[in-house]
Amino acid sequence: MVTLVIIVVVGLLTGIAIALVSRWFGVEPNPVEEEVRNLLSGANCGGCGFPGCAGYAKALVAGAAKPGACSSQCAGAAEKMAKLLGVAVVHKEPKVAVVFCSGDDMKATRQALYNGINDCRDAMIVAAGAKTCAYGCLGLGACARVCPFGAIEINEHRLAVVHKEICVGCGKCVGACPKKLIKLVPKSAEIHVHCMNPVRGPEKFKACKAACIGCGKCVKTAPEHVKLVPGAALAEVDYGNPPPEALAEVCPTHALRK
Amino acid sequence: MHKIFHFYGGVHPKESKVSSGVAIVDAPLYPLYTVPLSMHIGAPAKSLVAVGDTVLRGQQIGEPASFVSSTIHSPTSGKVKSIGTCLGPAGTQLPCVVIEADGQDTPADPLTPITDWRNTDPAILRARVAAAGIVGMGGASFPTPVKLSIPPGKTIDTLIINGVECEPCLTADHRLMLENPKMILEGVEMVANMLGVQNVFIGIENNKPDAIEVLTKEATAYTAPAIHVVPLKVRYPQGAEKQLIYAITKRQVPSGGLPADVHCVVQNIGSSCAIAEAVILGKPLYERVTTVTGTPLVAPGNWRFRVGTPYAEAIKLAGGLKEGAQIAKLISGGPMMGMTVYSQSVPVMKNTSGILLMGPDEVKQYTSKACLRCGRCNDVCPMQLMPGILSVQIENERFDDAQSWHVMDCIECGCCAYTCPAGRPLVQHMRRAKSEVGAKLRAQKAAADAAAKAKAEAAAKAAGAEAPKADK
Repeated sequence: MVTLVIIVVVGLLTGIAIALVSRWFGVEPNPVEEEVRNLLSGANCGGCGFPGCAGYAKALVAGAAKPGACSSQCAGAAEKMAKLLGVAVVHKEPKVAVVFCSGDDMKATRQALYNGINDCRDAMIVAAGAKTCAYGCLGLGACARVCPFGAIEINEHRLAVVHKEICVGCGKCVGACPKKLIKLVPKSAEIHVHCMNPVRGPEKFKACKAACIGCGKCVKTAPEHVKLVPGAALAEVDYGNPPPEALAEVCPTHALRK
Repeated sequence: MHKIFHFYGGVHPKESKVSSGVAIVDAPLYPLYTVPLSMHIGAPAKSLVAVGDTVLRGQQIGEPASFVSSTIHSPTSGKVKSIGTCLGPAGTQLPCVVIEADGQDTPADPLTPITDWRNTDPAILRARVAAAGIVGMGGASFPTPVKLSIPPGKTIDTLIINGVECEPCLTADHRLMLENPKMILEGVEMVANMLGVQNVFIGIENNKPDAIEVLTKEATAYTAPAIHVVPLKVRYPQGAEKQLIYAITKRQVPSGGLPADVHCVVQNIGSSCAIAEAVILGKPLYERVTTVTGTPLVAPGNWRFRVGTPYAEAIKLAGGLKEGAQIAKLISGGPMMGMTVYSQSVPVMKNTSGILLMGPDEVKQYTSKACLRCGRCNDVCPMQLMPGILSVQIENERFDDAQSWHVMDCIECGCCAYTCPAGRPLVQHMRRAKSEVGAKLRAQKAAADAAAKAKAEAAAKAAGAEAPKADK
């Protein structure tokens, strides 16, 4: 009986204390900020450059940012936000992540059997990941695990592949890849040179049958769209003037592909 | 001294020192030597030769690129075939000089032997150690001249010579102690004089009674300072710097500190021998004793290899593989801390204490299970960390937590992973966290340096702006 009384009294006192404290120190939520935040995707991907959706919403209301930086919100949401805040939308160019490697297990060799922790960044500590090509995708999925949208898949031949239609270009995977194989490129580009190894052609062809061997066929066919990387046996798509999809047909190793 | 010394934790793996009775043999000359320019901690050496140059044995081919770096010498006479990169034991590409031997093995003019070294200025001896390119030959390959130049404000009163060789399978230091005790002790006295210390200990594990006996007998001739041979309990990692200091002096190196913080310097047996050879014979460090061992080998043994010898030749020298035997794992170093290499083209370096082969029945496939919270790793961790807790934190990428749980103090000895009943890859976790936290600390330091520099520049600018006013 005494116990019950004590519990009830303590409960009442605590309740009163909480009620008073919340009245004195309570922070009024900014209704505009709340509304703006609701228009964002809530993925907290960081693609806008602010710490999470709440951070971007705060910056928007404070006038430090313009609507349109969120790449994962629904269509029309940016316009709604702009109307709400009375400012103009500044659309940024839609980007997607691309894994610049074609060397899956069918084409690229591995020089050792790695059976440690199943993560690229852990594998890098052990003999740099055991793939013969120093610029080869390890296929252990560090990028796939950090992707908040599930846009990256490790295919059956252990190569990371970005699904362009799902990717919003937030860039989280760029930092996760220990070999720095992922880059954000304009979504309008259809084909890319999926290789980043700068060494001589025959050398990398030994390690990977899908390497860009720097033969220059694509450059000769379409010099306005593709150029050779200076000092490396490597072609690079000019993202200011992306090549048409048909150009992929000239590449003998199919490093230049979709 | 009859007390047996040891430290907290540790494990006692099967010793498997099968080659301890096999005398050291000089390896024959090989046609090609791949000499890495980065056989030490610190900046890679700068190459002094060009393709096509003729080099002689012991000729300097690389010069230190910074304070923490080392000199590199040619292992034999011949022509420089190419300068490029080669695969190192850590799986990374190292800059290297490839030397095509001419078979003559013509020696270059040696460094002047300093026979009267007892009356020579320690600074000259230290310069000789640097010129001979001597690094710690136990495995970490820290440049010895850096170790011997004591930072200002630190005092050294104890020199500990590491003859522990606690790694299973390895016997190179053991053989060196048996076969060359005089040179080792000369080297020990040299280092003691360079540091000006009075307490000199040689720590040797109890499983090498013959080495203890030989060195104790020989050490009686040394009185200034007296050299004490200390038998130690057989316990891995007795040969780790901090553990050895604790076992012998009962001093604890503070977290993040160096042996100099507890007034100690630890030096390897092989390095002591190399220092003596550099001073007395004028011979630079271009060869070392390496154990080639493992169950798939016909005749495991100890050889004196020139640096740059490929592992494939070393394996051939040990009789090659037994009939039907296979290599499942090739390890540079010992089984506990050695690095698995995937190519037999990796060259012997100044810190290659062993080349170990393992058969398929010795290599267990990795199967990581959840931590059982049994606490065995806590019992064996010689740094008294909590590897189990750390590994769970690291698995969840909570590197800040791991840092506050002192992951940076981990010495990667592998006792925790050795004893873990769940087969967790604890060392790999620790190494991941150390690389992540290390990168973070380096970035913080760089940012702090940049901020300090900007502040100093701003202050200088303000002072400069004020100065003309003062003139008026």
